[in-house]
Amino acid sequence: MPDATELELTAHELRDRNAESILGTDFGRGDRAVLLVNPAHVIDVLTALHAKGYTFLASLHGVDYYPDEPRLGVLYELLDMQNVDRITVKARVHTDDPRIATATGLFPGADFPEREVYDMFGVVFEGHQDMRRILMPEDFEGFPQRRDFPVGGEPVLFTYNEETTYGKWS
Amino acid sequence: MEIKREPLNGLTTPSAITAPSDFRARQLQARDMLRGDLEGEALERYVKESVLTTTVEKAVAWSQGNSIWPLTFGLACCAIEMMSIVGARVDVARFGWEAFWASPRQADLLILSGRVSVKMAPVIRRIYDQMLEPRWAISMGACCSSMGVFNNYALVPADKFLPIDVHVPGCPPRPEALLHGILRLREKIHGTERDGWRERYHAVGTEEVLAEGTSASDAAINVFPGGDTAGA
Repeated sequence: MPDATELELTAHELRDRNAESILGTDFGRGDRAVLLVNPAHVIDVLTALHAKGYTFLASLHGVDYYPDEPRLGVLYELLDMQNVDRITVKARVHTDDPRIATATGLFPGADFPEREVYDMFGVVFEGHQDMRRILMPEDFEGFPQRRDFPVGGEPVLFTYNEETTYGKWS
Repeated sequence: MEIKREPLNGLTTPSAITAPSDFRARQLQARDMLRGDLEGEALERYVKESVLTTTVEKAVAWSQGNSIWPLTFGLACCAIEMMSIVGARVDVARFGWEAFWASPRQADLLILSGRVSVKMAPVIRRIYDQMLEPRWAISMGACCSSMGVFNNYALVPADKFLPIDVHVPGCPPRPEALLHGILRLREKIHGTERDGWRERYHAVGTEEVLAEGTSASDAAINVFPGGDTAGA
């Protein structure tokens, strides 16, 4: 993992390449270097990082930051296998028209994770060769991992006072 | 050496046997029967003692209940417990249920051992439809019966798409619990079902129900309302 200084240097380097690409950096709790990127330029950033040595896409996943806007986040966890450095690229998109370019050209392994993010959060990856649901049935309506999606399920005996009973997360 | 045969209990002829429990007498009676010497009342009694009458349905149910072939079909962690019932400890072969068959055409029983997702449900229904009548289904574990800890959008309870004969509670049920469920199903097949525990322990009327004045729709706070696709 790059330290805070290294992260800033990387961000500057990327800004020099494309001034609009980096929206900010976040060093979080000191355990994760995060680059907040403009979703329109995410491929630019990923290409630059790939050239810098981050050649392995360890994970690609979605997050719903409800009620913050833009609500949806697409996170790319990159790994530099030579220096064992990890960096997170985070792009936030609105729920109105959640679109982002596909990373499959750069990382072929992003194919299924992108389909999963589409399935669960509804983020459309433009340019993806096979943008369908991967886990839920084809005719499923809605995107179940969004925070405003009803949990669903069967009403059971204690469902009616589930919200008020001890141990309920709130 | 001369073998001397003496009549037992002072009886001289088989037709005069009055104590059918007498083993020797029964032996002699059987011998006479084979020789064709048995006649009259003795013959009548012999036939009554030797023939068991039942109905075809009962005889068929008896054989069905003692030779069930479950389908080799595991869904989740409950399947591990299901596998262990054929082991030596809870030996289900004692009841003739040990032949886990890999083809639904030859199987009689479907044990749903685990959570059923909405995508898996049509597959299970198809497998069940491929099984020949008579067929039975056991819903094993909490997930399959009431969706258990996975009570969310992804799962469907087995009762929604399959006629379930026996529900085995537990998470997962121990092999003994599944064996108990199997024995209850066996009784059901034999037509000798016992009353449930409520009747047995005089607990009829203690069923847990929703609170007074709670409608089913009120209770369903987390349930996906039809047609509402929030977030879509």
